[in-house]
Amino acid sequence: MSLKTRSLPDRLHSPRSQVFKNWETLLFAVAVSIFVVNSFASPYFLDAWGLSDATFNFTEKAMIAFAMALLIITGEIDLSVASIIALASTAMGAGLQLGLGTTELVFIGLAVGLLCGAFNAVLVTVLGLPSIVVTIGTMSLFRGISYIVLGDQAYRGYPPDFAFFGQGYVFWVFSFELVLFAVLALIYGILLHKTNFGRTIYAIGNNPTGALFSGIRVQRVKFILFLLTGLMSGVAAICLTSRLGSTRPSIGAGMELEVITMVVLGGVNILGGSGTILGVVLAAFVMGLVTFGFGLLNVPGIVMSIFIGLLLIGVIALPRLWKMFLNRR
Amino acid sequence: MIKRFLIARETLLLGVILLLIALVASRFPGFVSAGNLVNVFNDTAPLIILALGQMVVIVTRCIDLSVAGNLALTGMAVAMLNSVAPGLPIPIILTISILLGAGMGLMNGLLVWKLEIPPIVVTLGTMTIFRGIIFLISDGKWVNAHEMSASFTGFPRAETMGLPVMSWIAIGVSLMFLLLITRTSLGRAFFAVGGNPHAAVYTGINVGKTQCAAFVISGALAGLVGYLWVARYAVAYVDIAGGFELEVVAACVIGGISIAGGLGSVGGAVLGALFLGVVKNALPVVHISPFWQLAISGAAIVIAVTFNARSNRSSGRVILKPARSNS
Repeated sequence: MSLKTRSLPDRLHSPRSQVFKNWETLLFAVAVSIFVVNSFASPYFLDAWGLSDATFNFTEKAMIAFAMALLIITGEIDLSVASIIALASTAMGAGLQLGLGTTELVFIGLAVGLLCGAFNAVLVTVLGLPSIVVTIGTMSLFRGISYIVLGDQAYRGYPPDFAFFGQGYVFWVFSFELVLFAVLALIYGILLHKTNFGRTIYAIGNNPTGALFSGIRVQRVKFILFLLTGLMSGVAAICLTSRLGSTRPSIGAGMELEVITMVVLGGVNILGGSGTILGVVLAAFVMGLVTFGFGLLNVPGIVMSIFIGLLLIGVIALPRLWKMFLNRR
Repeated sequence: MIKRFLIARETLLLGVILLLIALVASRFPGFVSAGNLVNVFNDTAPLIILALGQMVVIVTRCIDLSVAGNLALTGMAVAMLNSVAPGLPIPIILTISILLGAGMGLMNGLLVWKLEIPPIVVTLGTMTIFRGIIFLISDGKWVNAHEMSASFTGFPRAETMGLPVMSWIAIGVSLMFLLLITRTSLGRAFFAVGGNPHAAVYTGINVGKTQCAAFVISGALAGLVGYLWVARYAVAYVDIAGGFELEVVAACVIGGISIAGGLGSVGGAVLGALFLGVVKNALPVVHISPFWQLAISGAAIVIAVTFNARSNRSSGRVILKPARSNS
């Protein structure tokens, strides 16, 4: 992460700060306009079941993005999330080969996610290593283990009741994943905006040294956040594996990029210190709607990834260009 | 004192590499035949070149994750150019690939310099954008050996003075970097910016511009390797060198280049790359599945970065750093 001449903010960016209120309004407007444009562009867009299917584009990524948002607000980052998915999914597949049932498989998925998170957490907070390099390393390591176990093979044949997590519906068109997404959004929203723990996250992101001197256990908070990110990757692994019904070592490849894009698009400062869960939720909807709309218009996936890359850079670049433009006048 | 430490680190790494070779050779003597060692070095040449480019980027406290995407895009571009105009002489192809790569590096550099976007975000974005553009220009098709001219694919493999041209290029780039780092003001500026950006500003160094220069160098080398890679394997498609950026970063971290900036050496980058190259080439010899490669480089990054942090930890607060004699 860039460590150059980063000026410290002279005030805490509270979640109610005006700028971010504007950012969220903007995101909301974008989401609504994409919705309207899409419903005119394709006659198949406005369909309850179609839209419900479209939510699968973002629910799993958004689950990770919530935890990642907290992590990025404290000034750390986790690039290994997609690889944690691969490893957790592989572990569940291996459990399946031993004849384990759905409950045990879920337990394995969550446990592997937590363990991977703990591994990152120990390296970053106990040994004091930079999170970028650590998670670039574990990104190769975790997925590498999946490749060692699976090679060019795949695990298939998950039990029918395991399919509920990725394919089941709780009520009418509301899938299990969508409901889980909403519940998690609520939990993370409360955690970040309504609790002491949430306040410490902002404090650490704005001034780690200051936070330490005001009695916040900085390393412990970061440790918990790495654990949470690992756990959420485990949850996403369960949903994704259940939805696909199989495990390959390449499962979820490149997803870390989309998760980080979602967080940044949601208005979280990539250098830490500010951001809201509402922003991430809106960003998830925007990305999901765009992907769905492109899909209906037969745009190939790799072109969508160009769009995601441009979005990631553009979201940060455009406000800065705008500021430069204003300063010049 | 720091120089002595650096020397010690490089000797250690060299020792580990030699030990590794000796271990493999004790079971499979064919591994240390001159011909095979030349092969191993030649196979590692792209990694060495890219690790050197990545080194200057990391020394200035940045990171370039787009090198593999840059490599693949340049490779595809020159391969398509070659299939359209087979008569184009190699020097022109080389110039085009270096300029194309440098242009992509400049894009990264400008975003980091002018807009002050964190390098990790910029290069994560451009990494996917470059791959996407390959798909757009090639329409997802492959450029195969029969569509390339003989001189195009022959250049990196041509043997001169016992080594293929590709190896000579790696050696040449290493020597140029040695000069750049130890004998030019730009080389000093890289370390000054990485060591202490604030102090660098007061000594009249433009931090952003220096970082931009590092990205251009890294991009130009990625472009050069793009041509060499495509020509050597005689095929170009969207996913060539997929995930190679991680191996490049791994080589740097193993070579003792501190991700916090300001610390690193040409020897370290070369030896880090050679370590990975030897491991990669030894795996099939000792009958370990190539699927182990990814996990091994991941583990190597984690172990190396832990080791770096252990040995770099300074006791107490360093107010004034001693002058770094090698930079």
